[in-house]
Amino acid sequence: MNTQEKVLDVKGLKVSFFTDDGEVPAVDDIDFYVRKGEVLGIVGESGCGKSVTSLSVMGLIPSPPGKIVGGSIKLNDEELTKASEKRMRQIRGNDIAMIFQEPMTSLNPLFTIGNQLMDSMLIHKKGNKREAKKRAIDMLKLVGLPRAEELMNDYPHQLSGGMRQRVMIAMAMVCDPKLLIADEPTTALDVTIQAQILKLMKRLNVELNTAIMLITHDLGVVAETCERIVVMYAGKVVETGASIDIFKDPQHPYTRGLIQSVPDMRYKKQRLYSIPGNVPKPGSIKTGCRFADRCEFAFDRCRQEDPPLYHTAEGRSTRCFLFDEKEGAAHDSRATVES
Amino acid sequence: MTAEPLLKVENLKKHFPVRGGILGKEVGSVKAVEGVSFTVHKGETLGIVGESGCGKSTTGRMLLRLIEPTDGKVYFEGQDVTTLSTSEMRKLRRDMQMVFQDPFASLNPRHTVEKILEEPLKVHGIGTPKERKQKVRELLEIVGLSSYHAKRYPHQFSGGQRQRIGIARALMTRPKLIIADEPVSALDVSIQSQVLNLMQDLQKEFQLTYIVIAHDLGVVRHISDRVGVMYLGKMAELADSERLYENPLHPYTQALLSAVPIPDPLFEKESVVLEGDIPSPSNPPSGCTFHTRCPFKMDVCAQKVPELREHESGHYVACHLYTENGSAASQNTQVLEEGKHE
Repeated sequence: MNTQEKVLDVKGLKVSFFTDDGEVPAVDDIDFYVRKGEVLGIVGESGCGKSVTSLSVMGLIPSPPGKIVGGSIKLNDEELTKASEKRMRQIRGNDIAMIFQEPMTSLNPLFTIGNQLMDSMLIHKKGNKREAKKRAIDMLKLVGLPRAEELMNDYPHQLSGGMRQRVMIAMAMVCDPKLLIADEPTTALDVTIQAQILKLMKRLNVELNTAIMLITHDLGVVAETCERIVVMYAGKVVETGASIDIFKDPQHPYTRGLIQSVPDMRYKKQRLYSIPGNVPKPGSIKTGCRFADRCEFAFDRCRQEDPPLYHTAEGRSTRCFLFDEKEGAAHDSRATVES
Repeated sequence: MTAEPLLKVENLKKHFPVRGGILGKEVGSVKAVEGVSFTVHKGETLGIVGESGCGKSTTGRMLLRLIEPTDGKVYFEGQDVTTLSTSEMRKLRRDMQMVFQDPFASLNPRHTVEKILEEPLKVHGIGTPKERKQKVRELLEIVGLSSYHAKRYPHQFSGGQRQRIGIARALMTRPKLIIADEPVSALDVSIQSQVLNLMQDLQKEFQLTYIVIAHDLGVVRHISDRVGVMYLGKMAELADSERLYENPLHPYTQALLSAVPIPDPLFEKESVVLEGDIPSPSNPPSGCTFHTRCPFKMDVCAQKVPELREHESGHYVACHLYTENGSAASQNTQVLEEGKHE
């Protein structure tokens, strides 16, 4: 494990969208951090706010209607929520880089791969054109693309999905960022290609010591690549901890339900566990725990009060009243209900 | 299971023409499905897995003739489906229904749920209007919705609920066979398990036979009795679900299974990361189409197309490693299998 130095420290972040129906909080008071050189996974289902979180770090929340209404985002002690657009432009692509789910839509179809790769280096003034070209070719080789020199003159449509995602990664890593945000980087890819990309990302994480914030809905991907996990539900962080601990002993009922819902390829379960109900619409639950309606352990207090994030063990916290000392004793059903 | 299979597919092919030039002449073809054969017995679930472009969806659609096959036969209860006229085919679709992947695109946004669900009954002239409405309400309850949902429009439902409507629609005519093409891939994990459980419950209740087409190997293992693995328009391996996952024979199946991320950080697996991409189906490699990425490639693989043969009882594989020419090399595969055990 690396030193405790934090590359990114997010505290009390609150992002709302102002629509005709009023303020809709997409991300509501979340805390997390990314240590230097680690891979942090942010897991959650659609609408939980995981993508909004990553966009706020990049300063890319569409505004209006979106706005960061509270909290702080610190990149190496520099406050990003107060940074000017000019400063953010210097940071984006240079200190923090991002790769997206759909590699076809994030590459410009009108420019060659080489052109797009060199662009960010030239913008961030990392050398002249000749140096930029050399580095671009080196990066293409680093991400495992064959015939890098020729690829520089190719257009995105000439590449396959897996190759495009490699180009995206090369482009993100070209300025040697401290933090790479990967938003569902393998969701659009086939499993055999996904395995290649995950392997590549892990290799770059080790070789270049770049911290990675991996956003995904796929628990398998998280288990294989991340050291620590942040589980989000309806705009809140519900559980954080080391990946090994969370998969071995998930504490929040949502995390537990989620892990049990996934069909495991290694053996056949007779019947899958399923969390009843649907993911709530952002802003629809005003009071109490947002998971209470779907939770089999919910009691009165869950519907009245918002549970805080309880520190439950070394490096772990859970937003659930079951971990309140007082309630924990009264409702100690957790151990007995476990099947 | 010695009884007559419900569905028998023989050497099914689909070549999509590629046109070019000013006159739109056929300049080539995409061999989406290239000779697929399998049978489905009453009451079982056959899973078909494969990566994008392997022809699994095209195969599913050809069974219902939503896409016309180029060649091959499909027998449903002994009757050759491929030679039926349009109107005969329509009648037969009463017994064969389909559930689609995208619950947003497969329901008409301008129709109420009642109208959507009533449609198949009207088409097949079943019941009086009153009976039909009654049946719609019954089925809504069966798939876990409420009868008051009948008057709503698709946009008022979440993805999971919409997929339940899609399933209800397929069930309206009380079919014998349901072909589900990626039924849960558009859904969130917590909703996915609800729909999978529903499908299993319905199978028991209505003695349904399923063909489930999916790319998620975990989902397929969970729901299937037998599984077929497709690669570039061909069936690479076909076996009982347990056997296929515990003892995959085809190198592609082995690689595919090892590529799936396991939701358990403590699980140490020996992964076989395949190099390269899936070749284009318009210009597939010679011989065994997998030879360009196969770690056990032999000389014969580039020349001869391996046939799907029964290696052990009920376990079919199309690979030269398991024929006379390759039996010596087959020991190599043992190394791969060790990674599968904990």
